[in-house]
Amino acid sequence: MRRAVLIVVAVALLIGIWKLSHPAQPRKSGLGGASSSLGGAPAPDFSLPDLDGKPLDLTNYRGKVVLLDFWATWCTPCRDEIPHFVEWQDKYREQGLQVIGISMDDGPKPVREFYREFKMNYPVALGTEKLAASYGGVLGLPITFLIDRDGRVAAKFVGAVEMSSVEQQIKSLLQAK
Amino acid sequence: MKMFVRFALMLTLALAAATAALAQSELAPGSAQLLNPEDLLKIIQAPKGEKPLILNVGPSLLYMQAHIPGAEYIGAGSDAQGIGTLRRRVKSLPHNTFIVLYCGCCPWSHCPNVHPAYNELHKAGFTNVKVLYIADNFGADWVDKGYPTIKGQ
Repeated sequence: MRRAVLIVVAVALLIGIWKLSHPAQPRKSGLGGASSSLGGAPAPDFSLPDLDGKPLDLTNYRGKVVLLDFWATWCTPCRDEIPHFVEWQDKYREQGLQVIGISMDDGPKPVREFYREFKMNYPVALGTEKLAASYGGVLGLPITFLIDRDGRVAAKFVGAVEMSSVEQQIKSLLQAK
Repeated sequence: MKMFVRFALMLTLALAAATAALAQSELAPGSAQLLNPEDLLKIIQAPKGEKPLILNVGPSLLYMQAHIPGAEYIGAGSDAQGIGTLRRRVKSLPHNTFIVLYCGCCPWSHCPNVHPAYNELHKAGFTNVKVLYIADNFGADWVDKGYPTIKGQ
């Protein structure tokens, strides 16, 4: 009996400590296209070298639905999202989805390591101040844009968002021919 | 006896974890070390009063797009280079210097930069260090409120 009490006390103590060191995370909801200042406007074009030095031009993906993700290796919510993007790139490739990653890291080294570690299957380039400004400023991460087949910004998601809601919007955009 | 030893071990482990958690909670929302954006704005715009040394310990691409006027760029608090720059920047300052650290890269509970930078200054003996509490990110909690910013280095 005494042993059971001791175990219960110890477990309760450990749970309490875990709660203290892991406060509840506020979940910021996705900001739909209407809230983006770019909502419905043509997505600003860019041409940047990808991690292999090959040109990555947004215009080359016209006709596809593009998920444009501003992220960084040190950004925890970005790290949580990227496995979903990798999965969707495979799952919806045939239907016309193209994921593009724009890393806001200060240099390519951690990005290359991350790319390998997370088995990223879509092109990634290092972001620039100019590109960030053209998308309304990237003053917090992650920020994800969905661009429709006509090259217009259809949605913008800021911060940690529900992945199911992003996927739903991707499906709707893929269905719209 | 065996059971007592086991319990003592668990208790020691729990106490060690509690110490770590409390160190982390020094910067928990609502703690005295935090400064809200509106309060920092009042301080920097007040005609009188002590002005803080504002240090940005976030990523450079975000700083270059927009930062608080007068803020100096240090580098990311999450990497050794940033911490080294911070150490050198404050080396000759009196320990009671009013310092405000900020980042704003990510939601507060996810920011990898402010805690290591704060801990470094705390360890170095600085007694008047505040951290700007940015709940979501610098864009939402400073720029979108119309607070002043400047671009570039």
